Amino acid sequence: MPTLTLHDAVGAALAEEMRRDGSVLVFGEGVATKRHDLLTEFGALRVRNTPLAEGIIAGTAVGAAGTGLRPVIDLLFAPFLCYAMDELVNSAGKLRYLSGGQFSFPLVTLAMTGAGWGVGAQHNHNLEAWFVHSPGLKVVMPSNPADAKGLLKAAIRDDNPVLFFLDIGLLYQPGEVPEQEAVVPLGQAAVAREGRDVTLVSYGKTVQHCLQAADSLAAAGIAAEVIDLRSLKPLDTGIVLASVTRTGRLLVVHEANRLCGVGAETAAVVAEEAFAALKAPIVRLGGPDAPVAASFPLEQAFVPRPEAIVSAAERLCRHHSA
Amino acid sequence: MNATPSNPRLLEQMLLVRAYEEAIVAGSAAGQVPGTCTSVGQEAAAVGVVNALSADDLILTNHRSAGHLLARGADPGRLLAEVMGRRDGYCGGRSGSLHISVKELGVVLTSTIVGAELSLATGVALSRTMLGQPGIVACFFGDGAACEGSFHESLNLAALWKLPVLYVCENNHWQAFVHRREAIGHEHVADWAAGYRIVARTVDGNDVDAVLAAASEAAARVRESGQPFLLETYTYRTRGHFEPDDQGYVDAAELAAWRARDPIARYRERLLDAGMLTAAEADELAARVTSRIAAARAFADASPYPSAADLASGVYA
Repeated sequence: MPTLTLHDAVGAALAEEMRRDGSVLVFGEGVATKRHDLLTEFGALRVRNTPLAEGIIAGTAVGAAGTGLRPVIDLLFAPFLCYAMDELVNSAGKLRYLSGGQFSFPLVTLAMTGAGWGVGAQHNHNLEAWFVHSPGLKVVMPSNPADAKGLLKAAIRDDNPVLFFLDIGLLYQPGEVPEQEAVVPLGQAAVAREGRDVTLVSYGKTVQHCLQAADSLAAAGIAAEVIDLRSLKPLDTGIVLASVTRTGRLLVVHEANRLCGVGAETAAVVAEEAFAALKAPIVRLGGPDAPVAASFPLEQAFVPRPEAIVSAAERLCRHHSA
Repeated sequence: MNATPSNPRLLEQMLLVRAYEEAIVAGSAAGQVPGTCTSVGQEAAAVGVVNALSADDLILTNHRSAGHLLARGADPGRLLAEVMGRRDGYCGGRSGSLHISVKELGVVLTSTIVGAELSLATGVALSRTMLGQPGIVACFFGDGAACEGSFHESLNLAALWKLPVLYVCENNHWQAFVHRREAIGHEHVADWAAGYRIVARTVDGNDVDAVLAAASEAAARVRESGQPFLLETYTYRTRGHFEPDDQGYVDAAELAAWRARDPIARYRERLLDAGMLTAAEADELAARVTSRIAAARAFADASPYPSAADLASGVYA
């Protein structure tokens, strides 16, 4: 299996989908500059740089998607989405419903976020839950290059607007990516590691932290199951509930602020639907209610570390044995 | 469509728009119809431009959309049903008055967020050109939307990417409850176009012949060049922002001056003076429109409300 970075896996997915479907085009801030291979293969009409104006980039994509194209737009850093909220939330998310189903909006918005480059809170803000809360949108955040490619292919083929978040910390990490067509359906989580004692649910870079924690926990005799959500909406509650029903313990881990985050939703669903299976209270590990600092140690401290996951999981397991 | 100057059909369309809006005002006052943002006073601006478009062209409108929809041939019964939240409305009652789209008539992606139509129009025009489809995109907005960043971003991108957008600014002097002079440092929105190297023109928006002629020329120019054009229809919102609105904040002399330039009364007089229409024929037009709107209201009243069981259906494709 070839090895690609997540950034190149995104490029591979774009190229394959653009080859497959002539209505797919990509535009955004520096797209034609950064992805020169796409420009060479598909030409300047389908691979476009844009002004640094997120509102019109997103609005143009929504208008194009509503009338027959399948645009993918790159808005660079997730906090820049604030300039595109009307277009994505009020237009892409609502105009299908408000028009009584007359339009659909097959568009993908790419944005980077997360610790790794020390860029500070106006370039790094894990705001993915905002879009989960907005009707009509789907939200994806892969944890590895293979999923990035497969999920992006599914997102491009989906007839709904998809927010596709790229974790900065993972962007240039290599990983094996299948060469053959490997579409990863939206709304399907993956069991990244099986275990019977405690369920660790995560997405993005903290999936790796959970896997590292699971190694340490195994040495201590605790078998942790790690679930990678992959899609945040639709949320694969089935796989989470099935796991928690077996393990009786849930630890949700993400880099985003804990308040009203995806972890809060996951915890609520489990509390509502699998309360009887719980052997201990649900625990959430997430970022604080603070902007991310640029300083490297502060930025890294924002993210739940493997050690914190290990000790939280151990406490959870002790709670049962107590 | 029909671009003959001094055309009784244009009078009939304007009368239809006015009667439709007045039916809503009356229904709203009686507590039977939700209040809307009416286009009273702006009928010539809407009817003139829409009649300059061809069937292939697409229209993006906004919350003050009745003139655009009716001139394009929308059924007033289905429009009123939509305003009243009924199942037979064009959007199944989900839009209400504010975001009515009628895809089959080429009225697409109506947003009520002021300025959103401008951000969407570039994309609609992009798909026309990329998919090799005929037709241009007419984007209706007001002087209020011209103050949004999306106006400037849209004009810049349309000029840069050579997108066939006919920007139609209905400068009606009111941005909700704020007069245009309090929001823009100059009188004409068209003045902004030059900075984007976009050709622009201002026309008397209360003269339907003048609007039709200017819009026909502008649309032809967009069609031939594939490049944007900004047409400003200079008009006036003679009712309030929303029903009910007592307009206590409006300068009485200014309002009276614009009411004296009412586009419908003016056009009726012109047709009579030119011998294009007799007074009896004009009355007949008005009566026909009145009965059409009465039938439309009856249709809307008879239409059931959507089922609450469908509340969350149709969100996703």
